[in-house]
Amino acid sequence: MSQKVKFEGLPREMIALRVSREIKEGSYVNLGIGIPTLISNWTEGVDIVLQAEIGMLKTGSLAEGDDVDQDLINASCQAVTALPGSSYFDIVESFAMIRGGHIDIAVMGALQINARGDYAGWSNPSRGLFVGNVGGSMDLCAGAKKLFIAMEHTTKDGELKIVNELSYPATALGKVSMLFTDLAVIEITPKGMVLKEVMAGLTAKDIQSVTGPKLIIAKDLKEIEL
Amino acid sequence: MDKTFPSIEEAIADIKDGAVIAIPGFFACGVPRDLLKALIKKGTKNLTLACGCGPLVGAVDEMRALVKNNQVKKVIDSYGLSRSASKGMQEPFEQAVRAGKIELEVFPMGTMAEKYRAAGAGIPAFYTPTGVGSVFEESDVTNIESNRKPKETRMINGQKYVLEYALKPDYAFIHAIIGDKEGNLRYSKTARNFNHVMAMAARVTIAEVENLVEVGKLDGNDVQTPGVYVHRMIKVSRPQFAITID
Repeated sequence: MSQKVKFEGLPREMIALRVSREIKEGSYVNLGIGIPTLISNWTEGVDIVLQAEIGMLKTGSLAEGDDVDQDLINASCQAVTALPGSSYFDIVESFAMIRGGHIDIAVMGALQINARGDYAGWSNPSRGLFVGNVGGSMDLCAGAKKLFIAMEHTTKDGELKIVNELSYPATALGKVSMLFTDLAVIEITPKGMVLKEVMAGLTAKDIQSVTGPKLIIAKDLKEIEL
Repeated sequence: MDKTFPSIEEAIADIKDGAVIAIPGFFACGVPRDLLKALIKKGTKNLTLACGCGPLVGAVDEMRALVKNNQVKKVIDSYGLSRSASKGMQEPFEQAVRAGKIELEVFPMGTMAEKYRAAGAGIPAFYTPTGVGSVFEESDVTNIESNRKPKETRMINGQKYVLEYALKPDYAFIHAIIGDKEGNLRYSKTARNFNHVMAMAARVTIAEVENLVEVGKLDGNDVQTPGVYVHRMIKVSRPQFAITID
């Protein structure tokens, strides 16, 4: 299955920047661990509210020095700051918000994704355990109005992550609507994966060479705008 | 109604081998560390530690001591293993899970929260959309293969849901920043996390508080866990710990 082609892609911060452009002002957003967390570096001054499943709305920037409070962390276990209008609540309330359809967008990382919008991310079989750290990922998939994935297009070794069928345990089926990678922006539609944007210097053919499912090329295919 | 205990040892004296104890905390944040340390000292065995989001990944020293003392039979959690696979391999807890000596049962975090809420609210089970399409709709997710009982699902209004059961611990260990002698509690910021709902869920709730005040000193508007859920109160000092996890 592996074609071992590998292109030098955008850095993780730039993937995060591209995702941030897709988040409309006025949105309530939950960011998963990894590249999604970096999106908060690009949303300062933008009118969106970040939800942390530990039980906080309107998380601020990472805390440093004297601002570090052991009672104030985000879901990635980082000390954060509060903003004017921040609120705290218990875990039941937090997941009522998540499962109950009150969060507009969840952005998650993934190990594998397919053209139906199924994705795998909670358990890497290479760890050799049936159990894993599922955290709140499946609740977010069940309840967020939109689910975006932000990830590297292939593994470090050039293995495909965008595949025809998942071989890793699924997190959710048919929930992902947009995929942002270091090489491309792909929309997931009922007809399949639509390639909307490619990194400068690459062609649709290049992207197809590192993508399992057959891509539909958007009529207005363009370079990733940063 | 004074619920304060003279010592932490006396507050946990009746916990017997085989007890199910709820441990709140989101990684290191909001973990009842003094109660855990007292439990380690007491040496109670065959424990089931019912967690929510990795308190024992955060309170790693306490977890190592519990495993070393052979006190843990089972952990229930949404995030029970180290974040790093390579560092996790070196943890005695993960080694015991791999060897099948300790059971680790996993549920999605929102399902964990609702299992406690249901127990506290008198609801025996509930249907949730979380986990549909994954192994969590098929069977219990545990490292002990013989314990993977099939789960029930049901179609409601054209959508599939998974049946999950209430989880009622024998005891809950709670950490709050302030409490009065009748057991009214208030938490600090994100340290609330699983504390309130576990206090609701357990048969016996034991709260360690950084500030223990006389009745009337905690305004009713500020109470986050009403005293009806809390049975024993202990004064502790403010814990100091590293936030980060591996």
